[in-house]
Amino acid sequence: MTTFEAILLTIVTASTPFLIAALGELVAERSGVLNLGLEGMMAMGAACSFAAAVTFDSSLIGAGAGALAGALMAALFALVVLGFAANQVGSGLALTILGLGLSGLIGAPFVGAKRDPIGHITIPGLSELPVVGRLFFAQDLFVYGSLVLTLAVAFFLHRTRAGLMLRSIGENHTSAHALGLPVLRVRLLAVLFGGACAGLAGAYLSLVYTRFWSPGMIAGRGWIALALVVFAAWRPGWALVGAYIFGAASVLQLHAQAAQFGLPSQVLSAVPYAATILVLLLLSLRHGRAIGAPGSLGSPFVPER
Amino acid sequence: MRLELIPRPNVSPVMRAIAPVIAFAVAFLIAGFVIWLMGRSPVSAFQVYVLHPLADTWALQELLVKATPLALIAIGLSYCFRANLWNIGAEGQFVMGAILGSWLALATHGTDAGPWVIPAMLVLGVLGGMLYGLIPAFLKTRFGVNEILTSLMLVYIAQLTLDYLARGPWRDPKGFNFPQSVTFDPAATLPAIIEGSRVHYGALFALIAVIVTAFVMNRSLFGYRLRLTGDAPRAARFAGFDPNRTTLAVFAISGGLAGLAGIAEVSGQIGQIQPSISPGYGFTAITVAFLGRLNPFGILAAALVIALTVIGGESAQIMLKLPLDLTLAFQGILLLCVLSADALVSYRVRLVGRGAHA
Amino acid sequence: MNIRVTLGALAGAAALALSAGGASAQEKLKIGFIYVGPVGDHGWSYQHDVGRKAIEKAFGDKVETTYVESVPEADSERAIEQLARTGHKLVFTTSFGFMEPTLKVAKKYPNVKFEHATGFKRAPNVSTYAAKFHEGRYIIGQIAGKMSKTGTIGYVGAFPIPEVVAGINSYFLGAQSVNPNIKIKVVWANSWYDPAKEADAGKALLDQGVDIIAQHTDSPAPLQAAEARGKFGFGQASDMERFAPKAQLTAIIDNWADYYVARTKAVLDGTWKSEDTWGGLNAHMVVMAPYKNMPDDVKKMAEETETAIKSGKLNPFKCPIVKQDGSTVECKGGAALSDEQILGMNFYVKGIDDKLPQ
Repeated sequence: MTTFEAILLTIVTASTPFLIAALGELVAERSGVLNLGLEGMMAMGAACSFAAAVTFDSSLIGAGAGALAGALMAALFALVVLGFAANQVGSGLALTILGLGLSGLIGAPFVGAKRDPIGHITIPGLSELPVVGRLFFAQDLFVYGSLVLTLAVAFFLHRTRAGLMLRSIGENHTSAHALGLPVLRVRLLAVLFGGACAGLAGAYLSLVYTRFWSPGMIAGRGWIALALVVFAAWRPGWALVGAYIFGAASVLQLHAQAAQFGLPSQVLSAVPYAATILVLLLLSLRHGRAIGAPGSLGSPFVPER
Repeated sequence: MRLELIPRPNVSPVMRAIAPVIAFAVAFLIAGFVIWLMGRSPVSAFQVYVLHPLADTWALQELLVKATPLALIAIGLSYCFRANLWNIGAEGQFVMGAILGSWLALATHGTDAGPWVIPAMLVLGVLGGMLYGLIPAFLKTRFGVNEILTSLMLVYIAQLTLDYLARGPWRDPKGFNFPQSVTFDPAATLPAIIEGSRVHYGALFALIAVIVTAFVMNRSLFGYRLRLTGDAPRAARFAGFDPNRTTLAVFAISGGLAGLAGIAEVSGQIGQIQPSISPGYGFTAITVAFLGRLNPFGILAAALVIALTVIGGESAQIMLKLPLDLTLAFQGILLLCVLSADALVSYRVRLVGRGAHA
Repeated sequence: MNIRVTLGALAGAAALALSAGGASAQEKLKIGFIYVGPVGDHGWSYQHDVGRKAIEKAFGDKVETTYVESVPEADSERAIEQLARTGHKLVFTTSFGFMEPTLKVAKKYPNVKFEHATGFKRAPNVSTYAAKFHEGRYIIGQIAGKMSKTGTIGYVGAFPIPEVVAGINSYFLGAQSVNPNIKIKVVWANSWYDPAKEADAGKALLDQGVDIIAQHTDSPAPLQAAEARGKFGFGQASDMERFAPKAQLTAIIDNWADYYVARTKAVLDGTWKSEDTWGGLNAHMVVMAPYKNMPDDVKKMAEETETAIKSGKLNPFKCPIVKQDGSTVECKGGAALSDEQILGMNFYVKGIDDKLPQ
């Protein structure tokens, strides 16, 4: 394996949690619900998945528990913002605080425990191809899953009736309701999906990325995923691009340090953030005004009677 | 089975006022139950968490110290949020204000610079936050770049800049190369309002900001323009309000207030530059702004409540040995309860059985 | 506002209740701890908490211990003061950033004794203490120098502060003493604790030809990265063998327990006085985990070095120390660098190609 391949592999691992979390949030936002609780749902996903994986000695059960924990948190969020029409921004932030606290309580007994690495699925033949072989055909299940998920979400949003329904609800819930579309039910499902994805992204961090749990291990990645949805202009394909740009910049700045460029480490650490702004700026320049947010994003829906 | 919301025909102001109290009660019942499950006394938890801080002058002063940056930043953010603009980078504007203001403190350190230093630092602080806040506003108005992403990413860049300065050029030369600046001279220290306490003039600034904002929002054309831009952007355009100018204005205001909070915190509370100067005030202030329903007096109350939960959380760790995570979880529940109660003032919830249609 | 009126009334009632019940305080020595991270970080704060538990074990009923975790350094004064106000007579503040707040609070509470970790400012009621981790790093440097097949060893640093820089130098000098041609690559994580980022930093080093990783960040992630690639590393703060049984060669363990027990005893005996403690392997403040996964001759060398450092025969910073630019450092400590020179170290020694971030 060459250095180049090795770096690419690290980038894939670094980008995957961003991608999974961003895709879930993207679907929720496309339906018109802004959930700023990503960080908290990821924290719960990381803690619950690790706790379950250790208890049942199964990473698969762990991943399931992570997704479930994320979805449960999202359900609470849905009760408050869909059921009671509460403010979404405030509730999302409250969900983050709740998630950070709860995950700490759940994870505390598991500090110091560890898991074995999960298996990589190697596709015979293809994985021996030069450069792309290991990169695309010898990854873990989460990586494959995240790529399939990108395609699935893109297909769902743009090629299915249900996807069209979800998008029109997000664009304008009043006229969607007038057309007889079940606004709240669709939003509930979208929010639950977003929570499950965030939970999975958290599970990836504690089960694959580091294979132990500790409080604060999400370290702001939920916020980055949130920003990546905006970066993607709410399009799944661009979420993939954004996640990989950010992941690549985070990994490459470490390589730049190891290669002894002599720049202050703070300057290099700022590269992923600056790069994201710059790329978005360039995209906006090329395409004129970027595609805006879904029309009803963030506003509560109460059907008129 | 599902929930259905029915708008209440007329919302009584009494209900609106007691809703948060009911929410508090519900949150404390939930938390009390959990604490009871853990085998502790819910009553003493309530005492330590809420009553103790409120019954003690020292704790009340600390409450003001803690609430000051939150209120200042949240007041600024309310301008943005009223106009439906998503500035989530107040943390960065806070840091940049602190940096620019502290530059003067360090430049005049050890000189006989007079009493002009502190006012000048405050002005620089406002300026620093304002200019930094204008970056996402400019990118949005000029190039259509979404402000959520830019303002958030700029937070990290501001933090790294501060980190660099505190560990590099601004290090105290006599401090064994440890990452902190010299302690600010008295001339560069924001004085305390109450002699011998830690309550500094920042608290007064926050109060002024609240009153001015209440006036601006309710009595001025600018306030009207903001609400119209937020609620009905097209009508605002018809009325001749330039949305770009509104964007620049609200980001300048909110950045400026965040910057003021930053320099007040550094010169009034911390007294020197450190690699990190904020436990996330800029993010917590977003919650404060919404908890206060974007109303200036509501924001003031919300900032005090959040400060109370922080101080109460510390007391709970010290006196009851309850873990920090428990108080965090409680804070989350409390916020969700208050926000729900707030919404339920306007709506009645009805459980609808299966098969029923709205 | 209604909330505050209601709570205020309740608070008055509670104050009466509390003052009535406060007289029956027992004569236990109350000891408080301020942690910068969560107790569950399995690194820095965790090891301090191990020390706290050792106090409880040693003195049983005679003491009561309390901790406040995840205290932001810039907002720590209130938490420290709250410990002092609630009858804690001995307070340990366990991070460098707590230095100024500790001194401020200590001035207000002359009867409370404070112990500040890793700082350099003392007062009549403020002691300082730290551990000579660089002694352990010299040993792991020698092991790395012997074990490296690629001739390049790596180091994941948190921030370029003197303690970390001294650690890198000591590690490199150790490696150089057994392999004069050894090279080192350093990566800064810009965080004490971010497992995923630390893992990436470890992988980046491995990708660039490093085959032994040392770390001065708190999580086992870099060590795990080494294990996954069949390479080697060293545990940090605690014995991390279970996270990487095949990769951990040894670990540098922070052992505060002996010191904490001794200081508590001093307070109980009335012999406590303000002093500065900087203990290393000999004082058991730094402990090496069992040497594993290495050939017998390397193990023997490591044990001999450990003995030599303990007996004072070997000092990692024995003169002459030559800087990167070829100049020799003035030798202020007789045969080796003085403590102050090591505490404030801000240069790389000759042989390290990287540029030290300033």
